[in-house]
Formats: sequence, structure tokens, C-alpha cells
Amino acid sequence: MEDSTALEQEEENQESGEEGRPWDDRTAASAQDPLPGLSESPESERGPDPGPQPGSSPPRSPPVGDLAGPGAPPPPPPPEPSSPPPALAGPHLAAPGQSDQTSSGIPEAGTPRPEHLQQQSSDKGASTPHQTCPSKGNAFQQFQQTPGHLCEPRGANGDTSKQGPRASIFREEDSESKHQLDGAEPELPSEPEAAPSMLEMAVQSAKAYLLKTSSASGLNLYDHLSNMLTRILDERPENAVDIIENISQDVKMAHFSKKLDTLQNENEMLPTYEIAEKQKALFLQGNLEGADQELEDEMAEPSLPNVMESAFYFEQAGVGLGSDEIYRIFLALKQLTDTHPIQRCRFWGKILGREMNYIVAEVEFHEGEDEEVEEEDVTEEKDNGESEGEEDDEEELPRSLYKAPQPIPREESRTGANKYVYFVCNEPGRPWVKLPSVTPAQIVAARKIKKFFTGRLDSPIISYPPFPGNESNYLRAQIARISAGTHVSPLGFYQFGEEEGEEEEEVESGRDNFEENPDFEGIQVVDLVESLSNWVHHVQHILPQGRCNWFNPIQKREEEEEDDDEEKEEKEESDYIEQEVGPPLLTPISEDLEIQDTPPWTTRLSSNLIPQYAIAVLRSNLWLGAYAFCNGKKFENLYIGWGHKYSPDSYAPPVPPPVSQEYPSGPDITESDDPSVEEEKAFREAQEAAALAAEENEESEEDEDDYD
Amino acid sequence: MDADSLLLSLELASGSGQGLSPDRRASLLTSLLLVKRDYRYSRVLFWGRILGLVADYYIAQGLDEDQLAPRKTLYSLNCMEWSLLPPATEEMITQTSVVKGRFMGDPSHEYEYTELQKMNEGDKVYEEEIVIRIKEETRLVSIIDQIDKAVAIIPRGALFKSPFGPTHVNRTFEGLTLSEAKKLSSYFHFREPIELKNKTLLEKADLDPSLDFMDSLEHDIPKGSWSIQMERGNALVVLRSLLWPGLTFYHAPGTKNCGYIYVGTGEKNMDLPFML
Repeated sequence: MEDSTALEQEEENQESGEEGRPWDDRTAASAQDPLPGLSESPESERGPDPGPQPGSSPPRSPPVGDLAGPGAPPPPPPPEPSSPPPALAGPHLAAPGQSDQTSSGIPEAGTPRPEHLQQQSSDKGASTPHQTCPSKGNAFQQFQQTPGHLCEPRGANGDTSKQGPRASIFREEDSESKHQLDGAEPELPSEPEAAPSMLEMAVQSAKAYLLKTSSASGLNLYDHLSNMLTRILDERPENAVDIIENISQDVKMAHFSKKLDTLQNENEMLPTYEIAEKQKALFLQGNLEGADQELEDEMAEPSLPNVMESAFYFEQAGVGLGSDEIYRIFLALKQLTDTHPIQRCRFWGKILGREMNYIVAEVEFHEGEDEEVEEEDVTEEKDNGESEGEEDDEEELPRSLYKAPQPIPREESRTGANKYVYFVCNEPGRPWVKLPSVTPAQIVAARKIKKFFTGRLDSPIISYPPFPGNESNYLRAQIARISAGTHVSPLGFYQFGEEEGEEEEEVESGRDNFEENPDFEGIQVVDLVESLSNWVHHVQHILPQGRCNWFNPIQKREEEEEDDDEEKEEKEESDYIEQEVGPPLLTPISEDLEIQDTPPWTTRLSSNLIPQYAIAVLRSNLWLGAYAFCNGKKFENLYIGWGHKYSPDSYAPPVPPPVSQEYPSGPDITESDDPSVEEEKAFREAQEAAALAAEENEESEEDEDDYD
Repeated sequence: MDADSLLLSLELASGSGQGLSPDRRASLLTSLLLVKRDYRYSRVLFWGRILGLVADYYIAQGLDEDQLAPRKTLYSLNCMEWSLLPPATEEMITQTSVVKGRFMGDPSHEYEYTELQKMNEGDKVYEEEIVIRIKEETRLVSIIDQIDKAVAIIPRGALFKSPFGPTHVNRTFEGLTLSEAKKLSSYFHFREPIELKNKTLLEKADLDPSLDFMDSLEHDIPKGSWSIQMERGNALVVLRSLLWPGLTFYHAPGTKNCGYIYVGTGEKNMDLPFML
């Protein structure tokens, strides 16, 4: 549409020149070009479209040279005007009308040029792109067209004056092309008539310089600047002048970051999708279930904790994970309780690792649902095998008397440190892994080392003293220690179960079972904050031995005594081992040991502004990251941290074990001197004498015997 | 973390379990705005929280136009009233390095430290016990300074050096790409460079002077003093300092959201070599 209007304008105005002419020219020259209107509308700004420009300018020059020269006119291809595709009918329809005008203007063909030129040059800077555009378009088209087309202007140029019979379009095109040539490339002195002004020259040469393509990057500054300005105008940053350097850099980076086609798909984002896919399962699982019965069962005895409620309270306390993460954990716990026969489940906390973190769930199975017995058997068999192998060795020589210290058996599942089973996963949605039961040896060893968790359960723990197990065992040991140290409840919430407690007393001399107090009436929050004696431990203390309940290693020795007499000595030494006793269950935390002037617990109200609705927050200073809250009725414990015990002093590795004393030099070790000759002589004499005496004796004995 | 986008930042940094209770959040949003106005800072960072035995210190920092200029540090116990801390000096740091253990939460608390000093009196040389009293405020200043110098970090490209010298926030920073976000070399110490001068010309050749003008993390000693993790399915990268446990840096790749927060006891982890 624009084009046609332009044409009309030209019809009205003889000198409309720049707008209309390129059009005509193009229609003539590029009658075969299927897309004339699309890219060539004169009004449109095509300055920043220099893609073909650099490429097209060199081929542009040969026609110029031809134009300048006399140019042997080959016969102009007559079919050219007659072969336009039907799409171009419109422009061509306009052409006849135009031809009248131009034919009338033929005499001017030579003279008006300077006028046009002046007009062009007077057209300020803005006209510069304007001029070049059509010329470029022309050049491009001409270049793309057949040589026959290229000839046309030549022929037209060759005899401008005697163009009578020729199609007016050609003439028109001819004059036009010259104009454009003059405008676009004034540096060519081919047209003496078209003397461009100095300013024009300067502008053109500057632009040519800007358009120079960098050999390294293939960019040119002209494009770059226009891209930058485009970007700034698109994004409208504030104070763009301050950040122009960065914009420039970004534009360049964007140019280079264009990815080439590769055969393989990019897999950079794969892990993202993978975890999203897994977590999708968490959100979908509710639908899968659907059975009403199960729902009712769960309502009756919920095995799933109300994670969100406690998360809300912990948020009041300023602890906890993000709201979406905690909900994912909630869903993951639901998945856990759905897939395992779990009676009770709890969100224990999160242990941070170097590569991945652990989310820990504390569960209690239904009666008789444990599968751990097998593991223990395996380990025991191993131990036996080793010891037997040693015994089979050398029989003659004395064997090593050193016996490894009596391994203290681990506690049965559901008691002591193995009361709960712990499941961990790295991220909600990933599979839960059940941690093995903890052995006392692991706890003892874990007390002596301090290691960061890596996040991979099977990574080895390289430490001194050697840790029996891999990271899963260390994690389990730390969980046991943290639970024993920091799981507290408000006084009165738990009480000793009467029947069970008595039974235990008989066996173990310590009560290790408790039940919820049905008559618990809650505690004033203020009391909980002011006095630590209102909080009690409800997890058994772990003895230095590594167990919660005392195991007397001596008893077992006595059993073994029958097998090994050598043990007696050891037994005598260790006879005086006293029973290790720790604080009993439900001991107030006010009796906890101090850490070198540091109180082990800090209590606070969650809000000083609205104390009446605040909750009591308890923070452990021994295990940084362990928190508990109580709002009077409800309480919960949570641990989020690195899984290490706090100590004001830096960690010191344990001293090496004492070096064994060598056997004391005694009569067993020292030897007497070799017998000297005198001694041997004397000995021989004595022997002989003895022999004589013996003979006599024998005789007498024989006599005696005879007498008997 | 920027005080302006505190809520989002807290949510992003919550993976380590360090959060703020709702009333603290609300009061910080209010009071940091006032701090910015009163002290005429161009940018206010919520720096973090130092856990004391009795109370916690909430720390904020005010930045000038020049991001690397010395920062002003403020502390508050109730998140409403802020007091300016004096700048840390070398002397303070050496003096307070003898204090161990937890902060009390009372700025006027005095640590007592007995030192043996040799006294010359005529011919006699004898040792005398001198009791040095160190205010907790001084210790707070020096600890914050140490943490800032050791582990305050910023992603590469988030700041740029303008031709006139000062360092500005880069408005066109669009976040690190996913592959860059997993490398320690994409993060810089948020302080004046120290190591950079010691680099050889060859190493410097590849650096972009407007972006690479700070020390990168990858040369930190000991190696492995950073834990770098992708959380939320690669949508968030979290760096945790193992040297100063409690410092969490978060960055959502592809976005401008980044920052760090320190929640901890203010003690350096001297056991790091044993724990790796």
C-alpha cells in the first residue's frame, strides 16, 4: 500500500525523486523479484539492515565502471518488461502512467540530476540511510539478477539521449540508478557532474568505516551500536549511560552464545527435571491411595506426624526450613509411612553435608516387623571366622596373648540407643534409606572424631582412631548421640509406665520405658522459660561404654573362662570396673553438665512483644542446631545442623594408645653364663660321685626292695 | 542479603535451617528502611545474626555507592534500635583473638583474660599477671570484620568496576548460568582484592578488568573450605562456608537473587582439617 501511495505522490510531484524513484527503478530492474514490496518500501528505515550491505558493495562497483565507460550496449533483453509475474501487476499498471511523465521529462534526464543531488545532499544526515537503502536494494537485486538485467542499465546509460523508442521505464531506471550511485558512493569519481559536498563525503566515509567487518568476530561496529541502542530502548534501564559497557558486552556475548546445531540434545537441565519428576510422585501419591478404609485407620491412629504444625511453631522460634521444603518433607514422610509398616513417625531433622544433606525421619515399626536380625548374624559370623583362623596358625610357637577388648554387644532393637529406626534421604522425593543399628563401638569411636558428612552414605570415614563402618554408621551414631542429648519434653508429659517400669527394674536396675501421661495438664510457658528444671530428657543417656543400659563385660568373661585359662589374669585386672551410671530417664535438663562456663541450654520466649501467645523455645548450646519448643501442651524437638558437638576448645585428636611395655627382664629372660671348665669338671666329679653313691644306693635300695 | 528483598532472600537461604521469626522479619523490614534513611546509605544489607547465650545480635551493614568501600556495621538486640559499631582495627583483632567461647549477648559484658608479662625492674626479671578486660562489643566488631573479610562472597559479574574507580552494582547482571554456578571460580570475595596482586601476568591475561577485580573463591585455603550444593532441583545454588560454619550464600542461577547471611556463634572452625 505504501508503495502505491508513493507512486501516486510521484505522479503528482515531478521532483518527488527519492521516494518514488527507487520504487520504479526497482520494479523495472527487478521485475522478476518476487518480493519487491516486502523489503523495499522506501519509507521504512533500513539503516540497521546492513546484512547484505558489506557483501553487496563489492559487486556493485563493476556496473559502475561499466556505467562510466562507453559500454558497448548489448541488445537489451526485450522480454524483460513483458515477463513480470502476475503479483506485480499493480506496479506495472502504474508504470504506463508514469512513463508519460518521465517521457515528458526526458529532456531533463541529464540536467535535473544535479538538482536531485543537491536535494539529496541537503537532506541532512537523516537522509543518508535513506539514500543508501534504495541503492543497496538495487545493488542487491541487480546483483542477484541475471547478467542480462545487469546489462539493462548499461544499455540505458550508454545512450541516454537517443532513448526514444526504449521503454520509458528503462530510462527512468537509468537516471535513478545514477542518482543512487552518486548518493551512495560519492567517493567514486566516475560521475564528474555529481560533485558531492564535503560533509556528505565525510559522513559516508565514516559510515563505511563503521561498517567495516571485523576479521576476528565478523561483527561491525554499526550493527553493534544499533543492537545496543535497540536493546537499551527495549529494556529501558535506568541510567543507561552508567552501564553502557556492560550492555555492550552483553550484546556481544549474546552474539557469540548462539548455539550451533548439535546432534545431541543439551542435557544441562536434566537433573532439574529429574528431581522434579521424582517430586511429582510425592504430590500424586494422595490420589493413588483412594481407599477409605485406610483413611479411617489413619485417623484412628495416625502414624504420620503433623509436620506442618510443628514447622509453624518452629518458625515462630526462628528455626526451620523454607515453607515449601518442609511441605515436601511432609509428603516424603507420608510416602514413607505408606510404604513401610510404621507405627509412629517423626521428622527428626536435617543434617547438612558437604555435597548433599540428609533428611532424617525417626520411626517405630509395628511389633515384630524388624528385619535387622540377619545383619547382626552376618557380622558375628565374620568375627568368629577371623578368630578361628588365627587359632589355626602356628601351634608350636607362643601365640599372641593379646585379645581385642571384649566387643560390647549392641543393644537389641527397640531398646536403648536402637529404640528407634532412622530413615534418611538426600532430598524429599528420593528414596528413603534405612540406617543400620548402631553399635557401642561406633558410638565410642564417633565420640573421638569430628568429620563433616559428605552426603553419600557409602563414603568411607577415614579417621584416627579408625571408625568401624562407613558414613551411614557414623551418621547413625551421631543421630543417637544428638537424640540422647537434646530430646527433651516438658516435665510431666511423660511418666514411667508402671508395669513395664517394674519389670525393667528387675532386669536392668534402671527404668527405660515411659508412656504419655494422660493427665498432663500443660505447663505455663513462662515457667518453661524461666526454669530449666521443667524440661526433662526422655531419651536414655548413652554411657561412656556406648550403650544406654549397662552391659557388664566381666560376666561374659567368666563364661568364657572354661575355654581359656589365660583370661584369668585379665579378669583380675578388670575386676574393679564399676558400673557406669548416667542420669536416669526423665532427668531435668538443669542437671546437665556445663561446657566450660557455658550453660548447656538457652531458653527464650519466641516473642517479647506478645508474650501471652508466645511459645517457649529451647536451644541447645552443646549441639548447635538442636531446638525444642513447647507451647504449654505440645512440644517438639528438631535438629538442623552439621551434626557436631560444640566445644569452645578446638578439636584435639585423641592421644595415641600407650605403647605396650616389653616383658620385664627377669629370670625367664636372662640366661646364666656358659658353664666354665672348672664347673664342668666339678660337675663331672660330682656326677661320678653321685653315680657311685647311686649305685650304692641302688644296691641298698634293691636290698631294701628285696626286703619289702 | 539485601534489605529490600529480605523476605525472598530469607526464604531462599532457609535450607540451612536458619530463619527469622515472623516478628523479627517484620521489625527488620521496618527498621532497616529507617536505618537506610537516617544514615543515608545507598544500600543496606542484613548481614546476619550472632547467637549469644542470653540474646542474639542482629547485624546490618550499610553500603555506600562504592560497594567495596569500608562498610558501616550496626547491631541490634531487638531488631528495632540499631547502634553503630566502630570500625575494626588490627589492634582490636589481635586483642580479641585470645577470647574463646560463645558470645553472651550483652554488649557491655567484659571478658577477663590474664596474661603473663615479663617485667624488667632493675636486674630482676619476673613475670606478672595482668588482667586484660575486653568488651564484648569490641569482640563483636572484630569477629564481624574477620567473617566479612574471609567469607563474604558475591557472584562474578554482580559488581563491576567503573572506569573512574568505584565499584558499582551491575544492573545488567542476569545471574550465573547453571554450569558457572557450580564452579567456585564464579564467586568472588566481597572485599578488596588481596591475592590478585600476587598473580602472574599469565594468570591475569584472561581476566576481564571490569569484572575480575576481586579474589575468586577457588584459591581459598584450605581447599575444600566451601560446600557447594544445588538445591530445589538445580534451581538454587547454596554455598556454605565450612571455615565459618553458619555462613550461607544463596544464588538462584539465571536471576539476580543472591546474597549471604551469617547465623552462627561467631567462632571460627579451627578443626576444619580434621573434619574434611
